[in-house]
Amino acid sequence: MISENLSAIFYLISGVLFILALRGLSSPETSRQGNFFGILGMIIAITVTFLSIGNFSDGFIFVLIFLLIGGLIGAFIAYKIPMTAMPELVAGFHSLVGLAAVFVAISAFLNPEAFNLGTPGDIKLGSLIEMSIGAAVGAITFSGSIIAFLKLQGIMSGAPITFKGQHPLNALILTSIIVLTYLLCSSQSSNLFWILIAISFLIGFLIIIPIGGADMPVVISMLNSYSGWAAAGIGFTLENTALIITGALVGSSGAILSYIMCKGMNRSFFNVILGGFGSTEQSVNSSNKEQRPVKSGNAEDAAFLMKNASSVIIVPGYGMAVAQAQHALREMVDTLKKNDIKVSYAIHPVAGRMPGHMNVLLAEANVPYDEVFELEEINNDFANADVAFVIGANDVTNPVAKTDPQSPIYGMPVLDVEKCKSVLFVKRSLSPGYAGIDNDLFYKDNTLMLFADAKKMTEDITKNL
Amino acid sequence: MEIDPFIFRLSIFILSIFIGYYVVWSVTPSLHTPLMSVTNAISSVIIVGAIIAGLSGDLKSVFNTSSIFGFFAISLAAINIFGGFLVTQRMLAMYKKKKKDK
Repeated sequence: MISENLSAIFYLISGVLFILALRGLSSPETSRQGNFFGILGMIIAITVTFLSIGNFSDGFIFVLIFLLIGGLIGAFIAYKIPMTAMPELVAGFHSLVGLAAVFVAISAFLNPEAFNLGTPGDIKLGSLIEMSIGAAVGAITFSGSIIAFLKLQGIMSGAPITFKGQHPLNALILTSIIVLTYLLCSSQSSNLFWILIAISFLIGFLIIIPIGGADMPVVISMLNSYSGWAAAGIGFTLENTALIITGALVGSSGAILSYIMCKGMNRSFFNVILGGFGSTEQSVNSSNKEQRPVKSGNAEDAAFLMKNASSVIIVPGYGMAVAQAQHALREMVDTLKKNDIKVSYAIHPVAGRMPGHMNVLLAEANVPYDEVFELEEINNDFANADVAFVIGANDVTNPVAKTDPQSPIYGMPVLDVEKCKSVLFVKRSLSPGYAGIDNDLFYKDNTLMLFADAKKMTEDITKNL
Repeated sequence: MEIDPFIFRLSIFILSIFIGYYVVWSVTPSLHTPLMSVTNAISSVIIVGAIIAGLSGDLKSVFNTSSIFGFFAISLAAINIFGGFLVTQRMLAMYKKKKKDK
């Protein structure tokens, strides 16, 4: 209905709008406008696709029906999902992008005429390579994200699953994916195409199972990146600029996030991907630990300390999300503020299960974002603060990362919580965190342990203030 | 000799990676979760491929193997588009609150 050139220009516009959507996220003020640009870009892309095909016959109504079904499900999920479940949601969404990429690649392989790629059995070589890449990466994204989703949801244990010969097996499968792509291109055999997709599903599954729960921020970011590369692969197949631009944006976005997360843990990307973190050191460390004295207190002690403080820094972690303590925490902070106590929040880059997880939870609890600080912004303030209130965080406060070169987390940037005059540490027990190492902070003279559920303890403190 | 159109697409791709690199580094860390959900939504622009596949059936058979995969892909991508943008909107709305004046 509209010419190919015109539709190409519209696809370019929608690609530009997607760039602006990401650009908007540079500050909370511009972010909502950015999201609007994103929606606009999507509407343009979909409308242009309909117009350029110009086929509003029988198939059209089914396209709308399926679009509507998906849209309703998506909207329903978006409104119902609790903010604490955001990591699972994102992992789930990644798997859908992956699967959609696989399906589109299959359609294109079965009916290349519809996409102007040649005829079945005689698909253009370039297109075949592109759709193989799109399908393989899409399949890896799908099965990898499913495993990440199950681990985050707690359906599957967060512990790394490792077995003998894991790495050689993975290497073998990856090599065979490349060999299969080559054979597929020379033979155009549909059987090879199906096998390629099947083993890509398998490798996605195998890559993610050895990665532990605390490494999920890296995994989610990595899968985010993969979903982008899959989209780009399909974009090349369809010769569609909007898809190529978007794929590249999403691919590099996910890669940057993975990098930031790895840096937050002072680990290399390969170290995370090869997996099994914490499974070896754990046994050594817990066995030769002598019982050291710990000071523990109750809500009254904590309230007393905070009432007499002039500044308090809150350090939230994954435990806060698990206990759903963010609202109770904000109420406690409100009471503190009424007493003219300065309160700020310190967020470690890898706190929680995905990048920015804690920020969203605090925002949900109506904490103004200008009271929330990143590690580099606030780390020097601990020395001048009276009380650090650690709620649900552990490894990210461990001073061992600065002092003990033997420690598995040595070199990881940590929050200098121990420099505060006193530290309140809300935790259920003395058990070590995900890294499987003891936290020296527990045994410091200025640390008061508050053994309780994070939400209950925070509520009790508020009552005592 | 004319330049293969593939090279143009490759150029767009490479340049977009660089744009993505600089744009994403400027995203404030507190918005990293909305960043992930919105990238999720926009990568579902893959729906354009799904629509082409879905409309590929001829008048006699709306459903053939290829278009059925297309229809399913439409639904999957639509879940992501609607879910991704709406959940991002929901999250960003929470960041609205500024510091109250005392």
